[in-house]
Amino acid sequence: MTAGELRVVRAGALTTVQDLGRPGYAHLGVPRSGALDLPAFRTANRLVGNAEGAACLETTATGCAVRPSRTVLAVVTGAACPVRVEGRPAAWGAPVLVPAGAVLDVGAAAWGLRSYVAFAGGVDVPAVLGSRSADLLSGLGPAPLSDGGVLPLGAGRPGPARGADAVPHAGLGAELVLPVLPGPRDDWFTPAALRTLATGRYQVSPQSNRIGLRTLGPGLERSRDGELPSEGMVLGAVQVPPDGHPVVFLADHPTTGGYPVVGVVPRDSLAAAAQAPPGTPVRFVPLRGRPLTNSPTRL
Amino acid sequence: MSRGSPDGPGTAGPGARAWVARRAGAAGVLVEAADGKQAQALHAEVLRRRDEGSLPGAPGADEVLEVVPAARTVLVDGLADPDAFAAALSSWEPAPPAADAAGTVELPVRFDGPDLAEVARLWGTSPEGVARRLTATVFRVAFCGFAPGFGYLTGLPEELDVPRRATPRPSVAAGSVGLAGPYAGVYPRASPGGWQLVGRTDAVLWDTGRDPAALLSPGTAVRFTEQG
Repeated sequence: MTAGELRVVRAGALTTVQDLGRPGYAHLGVPRSGALDLPAFRTANRLVGNAEGAACLETTATGCAVRPSRTVLAVVTGAACPVRVEGRPAAWGAPVLVPAGAVLDVGAAAWGLRSYVAFAGGVDVPAVLGSRSADLLSGLGPAPLSDGGVLPLGAGRPGPARGADAVPHAGLGAELVLPVLPGPRDDWFTPAALRTLATGRYQVSPQSNRIGLRTLGPGLERSRDGELPSEGMVLGAVQVPPDGHPVVFLADHPTTGGYPVVGVVPRDSLAAAAQAPPGTPVRFVPLRGRPLTNSPTRL
Repeated sequence: MSRGSPDGPGTAGPGARAWVARRAGAAGVLVEAADGKQAQALHAEVLRRRDEGSLPGAPGADEVLEVVPAARTVLVDGLADPDAFAAALSSWEPAPPAADAAGTVELPVRFDGPDLAEVARLWGTSPEGVARRLTATVFRVAFCGFAPGFGYLTGLPEELDVPRRATPRPSVAAGSVGLAGPYAGVYPRASPGGWQLVGRTDAVLWDTGRDPAALLSPGTAVRFTEQG
């Protein structure tokens, strides 16, 4: 059982190493980072017999190609795409044995945006603050893949993984539906703005990235002027910058921010947000939250 | 005691602190304090209760609690029961934390920054006067942000607030000591920045190969000393 390495044949538009991220350091200004589509990431690891937090590759739109130095069991989940091993078609969502020196090519996404490529043994780059994730906001962790680069592979079993579940293929969603729990700063917006959020036609902006899903659509008007002193930001926060266009914070989001957060998208819905390509229609669905004790009366 | 919000119902009586709790997602509460000092006291209290295992609504073993102080707020995220946390909060009256409760860090500084003369002019003193004032102040890390390991240091009186530079510098060297608004800070690594730079330290503010990686974390007391 040798560890080996992966040589990057084609890095693709943006391919990064990701695991479960580094939560717990937000108070030091460190983003949580980690795979954006966690269910797809976990499934990939399970299919090759890894621990659920082993580091995988996360591609963006155009896939990637790598050449392992040892025979390794690999799988592609997340965004559906053609998978080829040394030019021969292989199944998406099913473990495939990649012979030493063969090229595993993860094609462009036919549905979705981000594919996850897991290898038995995991991608074994050094951990930073307990995580191998590339954090594109603060630059922690490994740099994005580049053509010709080399990544260490962890030691893994060469044979097939234990019997794994079938991979659910997410349906072809015509639109991205994002539930929003109001607060903490919904009272910074006019009632008309909150109606606009609930009824407006938005779409995913091409400016979206691992930091945030930016939207294009009607702006949200504030009910008050002035600046908000910087405050802590949670994953899924729907922040509204001065241009009024909501931004949904994803894993590499800044830990504090000075623009008001009108509501928060529950974590379960963020995997779908991670798979929505630019142009996808977006609908925000405000949820009714019970007021907290000591909450402002308007909630 | 002023309340945190004009429409906040938290009136627990004279002398009581009124916190305004705002929902921040399914597991988070953003607590607004009346001012920065109360936010620091609340932050210390949340950490104390976390460490002794008595934080109401605390997360289960698989969840990670994030406690993020900021200018006037404390965000508590990862709670199993945010409603229980918010309800318990109303009776809390934490005392301000001791100045050195979270340890003291001394940072040797050469006071030769490119904005030292401008800060001296704004303060109505000499460059030496700026250095004397800064080395005589016990600062406290109110919160971190902007970049990993960047602490916002409070401790200067309000009348010494300085504006940010009209034009930020495209690159500020690691270790640069700057002032902006009510805060002092030290750049943990080279980055663009708009703070008024008064000096430079060789101390390493952020090193992921070190444990802890951050030299300054919220609550840490900081003293600047003059390096010849």
